[in-house]
Amino acid sequence: MTDILRLYFDFGYWWKSLPALLRGAVVTFELASATLIIGLTLGLALAVLRALRRRWLSIPVVIFVDASRAVPSIVVIFLLFFALPYADIRMAAFPCAVLALAANLAAVAEEAFWAGIQAVPRGHSEAARTLGLSPLLILGLVVLPQGIRLGIPLLTGKAISITKDTSLASVVAVPELLNQMSTEQGVYANPSPLMLGALMFLLIFMPLVQVSRWAERRYRWVA
Amino acid sequence: MDGFSATFLNFRSLLPVLPLLLSGLRVSAILIVTIIPSALLLGLALALCQRLGGRIPRAVLVAYTDFFRSFPPLVLLVFLYSALPLAGLRLDEFQTVVIGLVLNGSAFFGEIFRAGIESVPIGQWDAAYALGLAKRQALLRVVLPQGIRAVIPPLASNVVELAKATSLAAAVSLPDLLTSARQAQDIIYNPTPLVAVALVYLIVFWPLVRLLSILDARNVQIRQT
Repeated sequence: MTDILRLYFDFGYWWKSLPALLRGAVVTFELASATLIIGLTLGLALAVLRALRRRWLSIPVVIFVDASRAVPSIVVIFLLFFALPYADIRMAAFPCAVLALAANLAAVAEEAFWAGIQAVPRGHSEAARTLGLSPLLILGLVVLPQGIRLGIPLLTGKAISITKDTSLASVVAVPELLNQMSTEQGVYANPSPLMLGALMFLLIFMPLVQVSRWAERRYRWVA
Repeated sequence: MDGFSATFLNFRSLLPVLPLLLSGLRVSAILIVTIIPSALLLGLALALCQRLGGRIPRAVLVAYTDFFRSFPPLVLLVFLYSALPLAGLRLDEFQTVVIGLVLNGSAFFGEIFRAGIESVPIGQWDAAYALGLAKRQALLRVVLPQGIRAVIPPLASNVVELAKATSLAAAVSLPDLLTSARQAQDIIYNPTPLVAVALVYLIVFWPLVRLLSILDARNVQIRQT
């Protein structure tokens, strides 16, 4: 037992691999921020397009959303990274991963915001119309602010799941935390870096999971 | 455009690697039918034990759920695959993926079942007790059936997510659908196998995703009225 402990909790190796793992954590953070910013913005934009209720706008939106939810992100990363170069479109691994994850998040966010928009009682937009607001103003000032709020609790859990998917970037050798963990383990032929990295992942995501649990309770829809 | 389809949709070029892709498809299918029922059952057991157990088992189970919900599934797979052998516990690729995803999936399912059980009004418990049912009977026969019905949409959505997550098997080089597509691509020097695999996922999961959207939309309408 002590042997096993010594194997995984070898603080000498922890100390040696710490700089590389911290660099990895920074890349993980960059991946996550880029994914969240692009994904949430795009998702909101798509939901607004759909809320305009023009068939020629909403059909492409629904097709994009469904396709992005149906195909696993790792398959999309492989497509962007390994298949696109055949068309002479070459992207570095980092943007490939961000694009794939952001597309996935955009789809999930669109669904959530759209559900929120639909849940705004019809009476509100009717009231706005009797006050003489134009359809665009009704959407922007009355429906969207409420719809976004209603959509958020549907979104938190899934947004965190997608943030955790930043570890997928390691399969195309983006030097994020998981990738650094594996590399360091290879360098020292010792699993201590893996153990330290796993603890760092827990440290990053445990609070997020707690926050999402709290947010879901706080904003839970009443039946 | 011709160049595009010759490169990306050159399905004739798939013929020589078709057996490889089919064996990959088979592995993915086996993964899905092994992992999903196991994770659902384990998740249900977790939720029931949380309800029936005392304070200490409950705390342990909450820790289990939070732990595996916090861990990115791929990190868990890599850990099981490359850290455990050094302690003498060697899992093959298939076992790694099954154990990793069942641990991950059961944490999510446990949380959903727990929410379902909690959503049942307390009056249902009181009524069951008034009829002379013991705690276990009240839970299994009265509360659980209603609780599960309440959480079918999130359950379904997590089943789909877990099924999609089996593609992570590629990261520990289990020869699943995605791995075989990568190998096939290297053999015929053409990206069509990858495109074909994306299409397979699209065809299999699109109907499910559509169904989920419909379930969600119906849920929103029910909550509104």
